[in-house]
Amino acid sequence: MTGESLSFIFINAALINNFVLSSFLGICPFLGVSGKLKTAGPMGAAVTFVMFISSIFAYAIHQILLIIEAPYLQLISYIVVIASAVQLVEMFIKKFSPVLYRALGIYLPLITTNCAILGMALFQTNRGYDFIQSLIFSLGAGAGFSLALIIMAGIREALDLSDIPGLVKGTALTLMVAGILSMAFMGFAGLGG
Amino acid sequence: MKMEETTSMDILLKGIWKENPVFVQVLGMCPVLAVTNSVINSIVMGIATTFVLVMSSFFVSLFRKLIPRQVRIASYIMIIATFVTVAEYIIQAVSLEVHKSLGAFISLIVVNCIILGRAEAFASKHPVKEAVMDALGMGAGFTFAVLSLGVVRELLGNGTLAGIPIFGPGFEPWSIMILPGGAFFVLGAWLLFFNWLRERAKKQQERVVV
Repeated sequence: MTGESLSFIFINAALINNFVLSSFLGICPFLGVSGKLKTAGPMGAAVTFVMFISSIFAYAIHQILLIIEAPYLQLISYIVVIASAVQLVEMFIKKFSPVLYRALGIYLPLITTNCAILGMALFQTNRGYDFIQSLIFSLGAGAGFSLALIIMAGIREALDLSDIPGLVKGTALTLMVAGILSMAFMGFAGLGG
Repeated sequence: MKMEETTSMDILLKGIWKENPVFVQVLGMCPVLAVTNSVINSIVMGIATTFVLVMSSFFVSLFRKLIPRQVRIASYIMIIATFVTVAEYIIQAVSLEVHKSLGAFISLIVVNCIILGRAEAFASKHPVKEAVMDALGMGAGFTFAVLSLGVVRELLGNGTLAGIPIFGPGFEPWSIMILPGGAFFVLGAWLLFFNWLRERAKKQQERVVV
């Protein structure tokens, strides 16, 4: 699978196999932070940045593990790298935008347990992407995550104003909307192939 | 909640129904949605998660006095990641086919919020026996949830149950149910159903009081 062109890798990760809507990665923040457009954008950017950093380190670690022949350490070392990258982003945001730091709240440290990031690191290893391909893949995955998050936030802001039966309100409704969005994203199949 | 009065049986049952991790707490959504396209996948995922949950709760509870507070999350993740690696190798050894169809989602048990959530909220504060009971209950609740999604999706999307055809050959499968969109719809419908059940129970209780 290493012969894929860079543009295909990007489009594939962002649209055709959108991380959130068709691979089901990163559902927790997708349901949690998609309430407001104002926080959805920065959250998407933070996740994309962490993905980018993790992608670089995951690639390096994979090479080291290949040399020392210890593939069973893969999971543990990836998760440590991701946790440190999240810590870095957290310190960065706290210093440069305290307002944003407060708005993201608990969801910022929880990026560590965002399966989209670990999933991205594992996929790039499983598919045998080279260094440049891995970077493009991480950016595509990040773009896909941000896109889904922002679309969902837009829809939910509109839903807040409409008259909905009390029983459906909350997660059940969000999931139904996500299902329709996911069907819409199926329309991208075959793009860039 | 008075912890002294609850027996270990209560702790076990609480995870399955009253505090079901998926339907009530809405945690660990990613594997619930991703691997429930067939009954077999759901069962394997449920068992693997329960195994990791029980083992990590056991060790977190055992070491709860030794782990310093500042590095507790990192230590929990280490413990969890170790057992996920074990589970992954076991599944690979037992059935390569299931391992292939679950793919990266076995490794992704590490970031299942249920496990870290139980380690932080329960196992780190309770003795080993209670922690294991709680983990068993939560694991059973999780398995129940993935199974209830898997059954609906495979039955409607494929017309089979664990690979055995249920409807006659004239059945037209609802292919959307196996596709990603179907996962969202089925989970949404189950949440709706449980909301309705709880709402009804609450109303009945009010009527009794009046």
